[in-house]
Amino acid sequence: MRTRLTDDEAAVRDVFAGFFANESPIEVVRAAVPLGHDAALWRKLVEMGAPGMAVSLDAGGGGATLCDLAVVVEQWGRHLAPVPLVEHSVTARLLEHHRPFDQAQFEAIVAGNDIATLALRNPQGATAHLIPAGAVADIIITHDGTSGEAWRSAPPLTAAPNTADLPLASRSPDETTPLDISDQQWTRALDEWRALMAVAHVGLAERAIELGVDYAKERIQFGVPIGSFQAVQHGFADAATRLEGARLLAHRAVWALETNQADASRLAGMALLFSAEMARFAADRSLQYHGGYGFSAEYDIQLYHRHAASWILQLGEPGREYARLADAEFGPRKAA
Amino acid sequence: MDFSFPPEVEEFRAEVRQFLADTLTEDMIAATHDGTIHSPALHAAIAQRGWLAGPVPSELGGGGRGALESVVLNEEMQLARAPIDAMGVAIIVAAILLEHGNDDLKNDVVPRILDGRALACFGYTEPESGSDVAAAQTRAVRDGDEWVINGSKMWTTMAHVANYVILLTRTDPDVPKHKGLTFFLVPLDSPGIEIQPVPTMAVERSNATFYDDVRLADKWRVGEVNGGWAVMKTALKYERGIAGGQFPSPPVIDAAVHWAQTHTRDDGTAPIDDPTVRETLMRAMIDVEVCRGFAYHTASLAQEGAMFGVEGSMTKLFASESYKRHCRDFQDIMGVDGLLTHASPDAHLGGRIEENVRHSPVTTIYGGTSEISRNLVAEGHLGLPRTR
Repeated sequence: MRTRLTDDEAAVRDVFAGFFANESPIEVVRAAVPLGHDAALWRKLVEMGAPGMAVSLDAGGGGATLCDLAVVVEQWGRHLAPVPLVEHSVTARLLEHHRPFDQAQFEAIVAGNDIATLALRNPQGATAHLIPAGAVADIIITHDGTSGEAWRSAPPLTAAPNTADLPLASRSPDETTPLDISDQQWTRALDEWRALMAVAHVGLAERAIELGVDYAKERIQFGVPIGSFQAVQHGFADAATRLEGARLLAHRAVWALETNQADASRLAGMALLFSAEMARFAADRSLQYHGGYGFSAEYDIQLYHRHAASWILQLGEPGREYARLADAEFGPRKAA
Repeated sequence: MDFSFPPEVEEFRAEVRQFLADTLTEDMIAATHDGTIHSPALHAAIAQRGWLAGPVPSELGGGGRGALESVVLNEEMQLARAPIDAMGVAIIVAAILLEHGNDDLKNDVVPRILDGRALACFGYTEPESGSDVAAAQTRAVRDGDEWVINGSKMWTTMAHVANYVILLTRTDPDVPKHKGLTFFLVPLDSPGIEIQPVPTMAVERSNATFYDDVRLADKWRVGEVNGGWAVMKTALKYERGIAGGQFPSPPVIDAAVHWAQTHTRDDGTAPIDDPTVRETLMRAMIDVEVCRGFAYHTASLAQEGAMFGVEGSMTKLFASESYKRHCRDFQDIMGVDGLLTHASPDAHLGGRIEENVRHSPVTTIYGGTSEISRNLVAEGHLGLPRTR
């Protein structure tokens, strides 16, 4: 039992905390609007070996654990970095035992020279509706519950305008190839996405709270810093408490997936729902305590607020996630 | 990140589960309905296993069980609905006496607390001081070799069945409030003590205790004269680290799931097939996993020897606030049937959910209110200005 990061994980965190702080400051996030993608930033991650870091050494990846990857993703979330790190990483891991089109294509994905994503929701016919990283991905993996496909087509490099300027786009294939991805493997990939995005929300919320707390220490009203008012303090305290709870649950979910615990899938689903609600709450409190400035485009908290509103919806309605967990817990629901 | 328990802790968990299967009866749980949240038989059985002494550090003469065993013990006891308030108090009072007490207290009293023969209760809160605990006014005045105590304490729960109260008193009213406090261990059969019941909105009774010229030998003093705040810090350290309270919800969730799966509503449907009921239950189960994360985290920190502070406040805040919400949500799921108390023969599972609805409000108050917890998080964790 060691609920904190190991020394190795902490070292990974420090490297990527520095990387994102230097290479993806908030100006980079703003400059990436409206596509939500910075090709130069992605190129730098490719040079670091980040896109395939959690693919096994045997398959040409970096051999890092899912826990290591999560540590990186937490920093990615903290900086709202405009690169599709989570989708690409999860897809690269999914493809470890499959080869879309050919070996060269697989190697291009592991290296990050081609961007890969997965259609989190079943495609409707030959169109995958509003998929994450759809605006920039070269390869899209789909699954209909029984079998998978790899789709290849030129990315549109235009996102459907959306709340947080995410690189969302609907996609159809120019060419397809079947992939023998089992339902179990697909579920595993979605669970990795859930657990990693749970961690991403933790990074986002941590920074959102910092922005608000820093502001509340500086902003003077009625002659005192507004951070001295208990009404403000208690909102932050609730957010900080839920943040730590979410961090522990998200890390436990990641660890459970890495070590193949029996409750890993359950924890991944729970972690995402809890983290997403937590992040929305944290961003809401922080924006609220900024007063009118929080609503202005100039202040960064609004970017955090919009991302917190958006990330989980790429998977679909949260209500259906609760329903999915309930089906696993209680068995399927009998319709009235 | 490693959330696994070492094999010896998993073995200990199995041992606790077996103990509960063999020892804990529905009668023991139901016996708390007389208002006394204490089962002498269960307490004695826990003591016999050495589990009261267990979490007390071995360098202080305790069992030296690690924090991971302690959290597992608490978790299993709470999941099984065992009445363990006395267990928590015994562990904390023993730890206080071992850390701050004189040899008489260590040699005469502690062994009797840890083997279950003697029971203790807390005496911090007063009619005029709750959250502001250092404002205690109960006076202790030296008179020759003795101390004379006058004052009153609120929420001395279990005092009517306990042998001792660990009493916070004021020994110097002329210095800043934290610097004029002294602790005593007071035998509750001392002349001049009166115990009056305080009925509550829930099944449990508490007590007010009154101290009228109670005379104590100096050997009952715990810690230095005017050094009471250091003792208080020890008490809080163990309370937040060991005393549990992280798992109040699971037995209530069990009851709600049971209701949802077995009840047929007047329109012929089962609650478990209602999507809103399913989401409510899942949300509660997620909160429990969050509590589990907090509990294992504080234990993990303690096991490493890192002293934690704000993590204990966060754990307590989240666990109690979510538990209170769950109870109300589940009573809503049951509709009018959720109102039936254990006194009704028709009450579902002995009125478990209803009983928790009435119990839960005190959990966001005792042991540090939610507001105090939020203050501590805001000041200690976020660095916001202190306002008190």
